[in-house]
Amino acid sequence: MTDTAKSNALHFGLLAALAIGFFILPTYHSGNLARIMILAIYAMGYNVLFGYTGLLSLGHALFFSAGMYGLGLTMHLGGWSPAPAFLAALLASAIVATVIGFLVLRTTGVAFMIVTLMFAQAGYLTILYFGTYTRGDEGFALKQATRQLIGLDLTDPIVRYYTALILFATALLLLAYIIRSPFGRTLIAIRENEERARMLGYNVTAIKLKAVILSGIISGASGAAYALLFGYAGATFATVQYSILPLLWVLVGGAGTTTGAFIGVLFMTYLIDYASGQTNAYLIVVGVVLVAVTLFLPHGIMGTLRNKYAGWLP
Amino acid sequence: MILSTRGLTKTYAGVAANTDVDFDLPQGQTRAIIGPNGAGKSTFVGMVCGRIPATRGTVTFDGADITTMAAHERIRAGMAYTFQITSVFPGLPVRENVALAARRWLGSNKRAVTSKTDEVLTRLAITDRADQLAGDLSYGHQRILEIGMGLAQDPRLFILDEPTQGLAEAEVEDFNQLIKSMDAETTILLIEHNMNVVMAVAEYITVLDQGMVLANGTPAEIRSNAAVQEAYLGTGHA
Repeated sequence: MTDTAKSNALHFGLLAALAIGFFILPTYHSGNLARIMILAIYAMGYNVLFGYTGLLSLGHALFFSAGMYGLGLTMHLGGWSPAPAFLAALLASAIVATVIGFLVLRTTGVAFMIVTLMFAQAGYLTILYFGTYTRGDEGFALKQATRQLIGLDLTDPIVRYYTALILFATALLLLAYIIRSPFGRTLIAIRENEERARMLGYNVTAIKLKAVILSGIISGASGAAYALLFGYAGATFATVQYSILPLLWVLVGGAGTTTGAFIGVLFMTYLIDYASGQTNAYLIVVGVVLVAVTLFLPHGIMGTLRNKYAGWLP
Repeated sequence: MILSTRGLTKTYAGVAANTDVDFDLPQGQTRAIIGPNGAGKSTFVGMVCGRIPATRGTVTFDGADITTMAAHERIRAGMAYTFQITSVFPGLPVRENVALAARRWLGSNKRAVTSKTDEVLTRLAITDRADQLAGDLSYGHQRILEIGMGLAQDPRLFILDEPTQGLAEAEVEDFNQLIKSMDAETTILLIEHNMNVVMAVAEYITVLDQGMVLANGTPAEIRSNAAVQEAYLGTGHA
């Protein structure tokens, strides 16, 4: 099998396993899995910038919430139906990512991290400032009656699960396609050696801006899907915690791997789930496990698998 | 002239690295720039390829004024550049390193990229290492690979900043052969410390000293130039 065939087998195998998962798993776990798939889209969006382009952002909650409120506000206040509201969310996150990308790409390294963090905080405060419409920290619920798509009730667990799966599959296959394309190869080249890429004639700044926009749109799609499928939008999702989470997911799962994002969210979700069932001090357990993972698997779960056993892993 | 500079000057906080460098490079020539350490050789080629912004002066490439062009635009216009300190994509396979250079101008034409990549790998005799990570290659092979990345761009002007630095004797000989084989295809601008290399490959030599052009001439003329001997060759390098 060629590497491409192996990578296709991995991606479609994972999607097939998720497709039958709903019927095999207990309700509790299939409910978890729907959420994990949606958050994995967020992690994949983050991975485009961090894992593939080598840019560490601490402000991705801004893009996630741009999508969340792009859909939430148009449905809640505008009375839009889910499909156009989802498109509005994609547009909102694309616009935010373009403007932010244009500004933050003037910096590099630590300054880039700080500036992205600042913009995300500004975004969070903006949501609070317009509390009349956004309901601030308290947030707002999307009514069940409005969460209908082509006659299907998105609040129904099975519809929700398969909607999440379709969106997850779209993001995963899109990511797999992009990293094999000339554009994706260029992102990796910038991660590996930016100055060399520039001196091969690549317009590094323009390519990085495209990466920020792509990353922002995928993250925004995740935020929109989260609001749509779980019926809630709130300013908590714009806090710094939601900027740190995708970084953790990607680090644990494997930066610069297509499936690492999903594995990272899956691992973290069940780690927290299990630890909080054992003790109130579950964050200590989570912290210790995260330290252990970074010590023993510095390239994350999928990254370590790739380095040690399967160099073909995409 | 493929490349001309007029009054090219670079000052760092008042200290001049290059002062009013007028330089002309005819199409097809292999030119070496020599000079003692700190003579401003790297700064000069840095201003030519756009990595270092000039304080004043102009750079003309193939008849067009490129003084205000960004580095990547100059590369797109037909320059290739190898770094003084080897610069490859260490985490990517050798083949992908070369392919990235070819893909930039051949675009999404996969077949053309593959054939250009194969051609370069064969020419440099590193086909058997094509699937190794570039970072795992020996230092000498990384240097060769970087030259391969230049070749994959079919440049009209190939700038090499101290390409033989750190190479073993035998590798230097291979390098000389490689440069000579490129002679007919492209114009070469070479910064070089190793006088054996300079005398073997250069058709014409420019000597920089203290940021200024001290002399221009054929290897024989430079060898017999008293001022050059005093400034450079007489200091133990020859």
